[in-house]
Amino acid sequence: MPENVAWARTCAAALVAQLDCTLEELEEVKLVVSEAVTNCIIHGYENQRDGRIVVELALYEERVLEVAVIDYGRGIEDLEKAMQAGYSSDPERTGMGFVFMRSFTDHLEVDSAPGKGTKVKMVRDFGQRDRQALA
Amino acid sequence: MLAALWHWSREGQVVRLELKVIKDTLLVQIGGELDILAADRIRQEIDRVMQARKIQKLILDLEEISFMDSAGLGVILGRYKKISAVGGKMYIVRAHPGIRKILELAGVHKLVTLCQDEKEIISL
Repeated sequence: MPENVAWARTCAAALVAQLDCTLEELEEVKLVVSEAVTNCIIHGYENQRDGRIVVELALYEERVLEVAVIDYGRGIEDLEKAMQAGYSSDPERTGMGFVFMRSFTDHLEVDSAPGKGTKVKMVRDFGQRDRQALA
Repeated sequence: MLAALWHWSREGQVVRLELKVIKDTLLVQIGGELDILAADRIRQEIDRVMQARKIQKLILDLEEISFMDSAGLGVILGRYKKISAVGGKMYIVRAHPGIRKILELAGVHKLVTLCQDEKEIISL
């Protein structure tokens, strides 16, 4: 349900807030989670309200956040096309979802099978800067 | 001047939408989180006034937006297409840095003029 998008991004932000990160970084985490969950609703389940979406959030000691967003909907036929900037199967959408996910994470991985669903995995390394400074 | 104010809440998410018409200019103030949940209603209300009042200048005030994703971006780009189709112009005012970053990443700043406030636009 669209109502759950805000809930998902708020949970992710609450987890990341434990880290010493900037407000801007927190907003970026909210954005990528929002994009991934919105994709599940619009594309995975074509706006049906009873689809199951799983959001997995893991925070590692090195200040690394791992997010997995999984749906069991229709899946993506042409993944390469779907991930292009400006591409969307819906005329009211901008096709910027994957662009934002890629721009605001350090790693983005998408597994999808038509008729089975899609798993989006994103990694954001908040400790990268600290480790670079120490090196 | 015609003015209308909507304030609605769904599942604890509050959205504020204020529309003001001054001659052929529509000033839209949006507050709250602009995502998939809010997008449809905002789109409908703006389109209704744009069509009924033959709007030529559309000004979006984004100062009170606390969050925006690509669904919100869709509202902005969709309204840009509509106002351009009738020969009008669109402006965005008071977009804070986080929102500005999203607009720039999507290339909206190349299509729509981003301004500090609406005063100079209304007097144009």
